[in-house]
Amino acid sequence: MREVAIVGAGMTRFGELWKQSLRDMFAEAANAALSDAGADHIDSLYVGCMSGGQFVGQEHLGPLMADQMGMTGIPAVHVESACASGGIALRSAFMEVASGMSDLVLATGIEKMNDGADVTNVLATAADQELEVYHGVTFPGLYAMIARAHMTKYGTTEEDLAWVSVKNHKHGAMNDKAQFPLEVTVEQVLASAMVAEPLRMLHCSPVTDGAAAVLLCPLDMAKEFTDNPVKIIGSGLSTGSLALADRADPAFLDSVQSSGEQAFKMAGVGPRDVHVAEVHDCFSIAEICCIEALGFVDQGKGNKAAQEGFTAIGGCIPVNTSGGLKSKGHPVGATGIAQAIEVFRQLRGEAGKRQVENAHIGLTQNMGGSGASSVVHIFQGV
Amino acid sequence: MPSPRYWREIPNRYRLEAAKCTGCGKVVFPARRICPACRGEAFETINLTRKGKVITSTVIHVPPDDFLMEAPYAMAVIETPEGARLMAQVVDCEPSSVMPGMEVDLEFRLIRKEGNSGILCYGHKGVPAANGS
Repeated sequence: MREVAIVGAGMTRFGELWKQSLRDMFAEAANAALSDAGADHIDSLYVGCMSGGQFVGQEHLGPLMADQMGMTGIPAVHVESACASGGIALRSAFMEVASGMSDLVLATGIEKMNDGADVTNVLATAADQELEVYHGVTFPGLYAMIARAHMTKYGTTEEDLAWVSVKNHKHGAMNDKAQFPLEVTVEQVLASAMVAEPLRMLHCSPVTDGAAAVLLCPLDMAKEFTDNPVKIIGSGLSTGSLALADRADPAFLDSVQSSGEQAFKMAGVGPRDVHVAEVHDCFSIAEICCIEALGFVDQGKGNKAAQEGFTAIGGCIPVNTSGGLKSKGHPVGATGIAQAIEVFRQLRGEAGKRQVENAHIGLTQNMGGSGASSVVHIFQGV
Repeated sequence: MPSPRYWREIPNRYRLEAAKCTGCGKVVFPARRICPACRGEAFETINLTRKGKVITSTVIHVPPDDFLMEAPYAMAVIETPEGARLMAQVVDCEPSSVMPGMEVDLEFRLIRKEGNSGILCYGHKGVPAANGS
């Protein structure tokens, strides 16, 4: 296998982008990534998107987006794994470059959620339709049940959950791409409207439009494009049951643990070697479960990490320095690529006010559904 | 939904029909072709006991459109005496009283209506256990 590096990145602002269509957002992000690297062509394209079909009635995104770049003729594939679609686009591009099949591959993620679709129903198609959604459960409802299981088993409190949102909004307030770049207090989180007990509105990531793209090439070609490439040194992808009822322990995300173990093994590093991480905080409880499953903290000990500053900038392992899905926004298919862009910026020392000092190794963890798929990447500055 | 899609699920939704793997004894609900524990393909059909215990729960305040008139409502993962787990609403009680450890009976109920002229969709809902245990 060849060593692989990211040499360019670009993304739209995240938010309610009423003036931009799915294809327009894609073109903005893709062009920005190519310009960043000074590249004039690509050999192959991956488009991560959960559901162009349901959100805007558009499938067949591979060729559509290749055409939007003025590059018809190249191989272009749409990949889907619900909210992990972006992370899997990155993994697909990584494997294509590592294998020697292609040199310049663009990994992208896109989602247009604010265009009239019934978002609750569309997102719920990532859960088990026949066994669980049929009975009236929603995505916040599934994560609420994970939260209650964690509270019952480990004594986690609603205030612990609120601190995750407070910490991530504090980080996101320093990110000009974020949908909600503003700070919130524990009191505001605990007074926000109930969505699915015990989760309130400010425990939930927002509904977001956005696109993100990163350009990959073999490490030995990277200096043609940038003085500061970032190597991808590990990749892991794992699966679990869609149905929450089929999980032995609803308070634990098995797929996150096994995807992390795969990536750590490939990279030859462990959780304590990671200096900065972006994890999938679609709901505040998810960040707690993910930092436990990845081994940043012991099982059952993730609940106080945000409050005690362990996962804040300046702490032992800063998590979601971008603001995370909570503050930056969560255009589901774009999220996995946007996470990689944050780590790319951090490892190059380009993260501005939210820069983590001496960050050399970074990790991203992107999750589909309520943990039925999880993809982890580990990055190293060169 | 197209009627064959509804009709195919009647055994598990109406009768709580499950499959017990004759190889490893795993109870699978609803029935599958391949045992998720041992990958065996031989099963005995059983009906789950219509009662169970709440494993975890929530109260849905922001529902899907089909359940708009019912919110807030409690939902739970319920484990039956056979060890099978299923997702169901828990009704006939204060929604916020549905917590892990609660004993419930499973009753045959209307789950959803597909508009004014669509299929009436049935299944099981939990209710507080009659014996109070």
